[in-house]
Amino acid sequence: MREIDVKQVTDAVAKCCVDSCYYLPDGVLTRLEQAVDKEESPLGRQVLDTIIENAKLATAKSVPLCQDTGLTVVYIDIGQDVHFTGGDLWDAINRGVARGYTEGYLRKSAVDDPIFVRKNTQDNTPAIIHCRIVPGSQVHLVVLPKGCGSENMSQLRMLKPADGLDGVIQFVLEAVRTAGPNPCPPVTVGVGVGGNAEQAAELAKYALARKIGEHNANPQYAELEDKLLALVNQTGVGPAGLGGTTTALAVNIEYAPTHIGGLPCAVIFNCHAARRAEATL
Amino acid sequence: MSEIKNITTPLTEDVVRNLRAGDFVRITGPIYTARDAAHKRMYEALQRGEPLPFDVRDQVIYYVGPTPAKPGEIVGSAGPTTSGRMDKYTPAMIEQGMKGMIGKGLRNQDVVAACKAHHAVYFVAIGGTAAVISQSIRSETMIAYEDLGPEAIRRYEVVDFPAIVGIDIEGNDVYGIEQAKYDKLK
Repeated sequence: MREIDVKQVTDAVAKCCVDSCYYLPDGVLTRLEQAVDKEESPLGRQVLDTIIENAKLATAKSVPLCQDTGLTVVYIDIGQDVHFTGGDLWDAINRGVARGYTEGYLRKSAVDDPIFVRKNTQDNTPAIIHCRIVPGSQVHLVVLPKGCGSENMSQLRMLKPADGLDGVIQFVLEAVRTAGPNPCPPVTVGVGVGGNAEQAAELAKYALARKIGEHNANPQYAELEDKLLALVNQTGVGPAGLGGTTTALAVNIEYAPTHIGGLPCAVIFNCHAARRAEATL
Repeated sequence: MSEIKNITTPLTEDVVRNLRAGDFVRITGPIYTARDAAHKRMYEALQRGEPLPFDVRDQVIYYVGPTPAKPGEIVGSAGPTTSGRMDKYTPAMIEQGMKGMIGKGLRNQDVVAACKAHHAVYFVAIGGTAAVISQSIRSETMIAYEDLGPEAIRRYEVVDFPAIVGIDIEGNDVYGIEQAKYDKLK
């Protein structure tokens, strides 16, 4: 048994919130720079240049890349040999979010109830927390600040088994076209296939938590990721939706076993500011 | 690539008449910030027959909710938000005389029709480039609805704010025009 004080979790979450909103992951910046050379649209190249300039400026000045610093999605993998001390773990995560968003001058975008009052909670809590118990004695955190421009273009469709591979491909392309400029392309496309309705959505979001450049471990799904990326980049949507051949930087698919009668499929987008930070305790 | 057109606010009929979807512009002058909650309040005020908290005639509204300014900075990061969420309220604002909007993303047919009918223009800024855009904002004044925090109405004085004409007074839409050029699946 390993004891971990929840204060360490608070500290790690706070740092991840700030770092992810200021500093674009290196791999994303590299992808953007590679995209400029391949982009066919002159306007598209100009948009990509501005996006790259913005990322470098945000890093140099330590300011948010984007004003929408999102709702905070936290993935926490807890080794089953860990025992947390010093308080409630969920509270500790939320204290980390509150501190990161306050001390980091990030925008507080959370409202308490969605329909009636919509009162800002003033510290961006509560976080949306996904927790898994895993073997071992470590704790791994991934923090994903998720803006609403991309989130609002999410789609879930309960396809039929007969729709098969082609149904999945057509649904993803339809989602990309419908989203158009709104999710701030070039996007990362998160695709969740299988499970049931809520699991497909969770898988699609989890697909966005991957480091850029990582493929699904199953070769058939990895191949489908490449195929879909090529197709998405032929839709014409382009950088900022202003036309071109760089609509996505990556397509990430996660899948799960499903029912004999179902083929649930969810698509969730991340914007070009594919913000992500992680920590291991 | 078209040349850059330098325009000043408040907008005039002469200026908007010469703007075409796809034109690059640099905007200088005052612009007003408002997004979801501020639009809802202004819309409800109009429905009650009350005046808006500022005179929108010939003005430009920027759809933005900035991050808090760091010490020593004029504003925080202040890039465009998705304009479509304001579509429900926009025709009423245009009927009040609003001449321009800055945001990102698609608008509905009601907004396009109002732009044509009243000669208003929708400008597109590049989403997610808030750090770059903030450099063009030179001052900030609180105007109304301060309780809305990042959603309050502020007046920015901007110099060379970078944007592209998204919808012009003829209803042409830059997204549709440019995307069609590179669509290889149809």
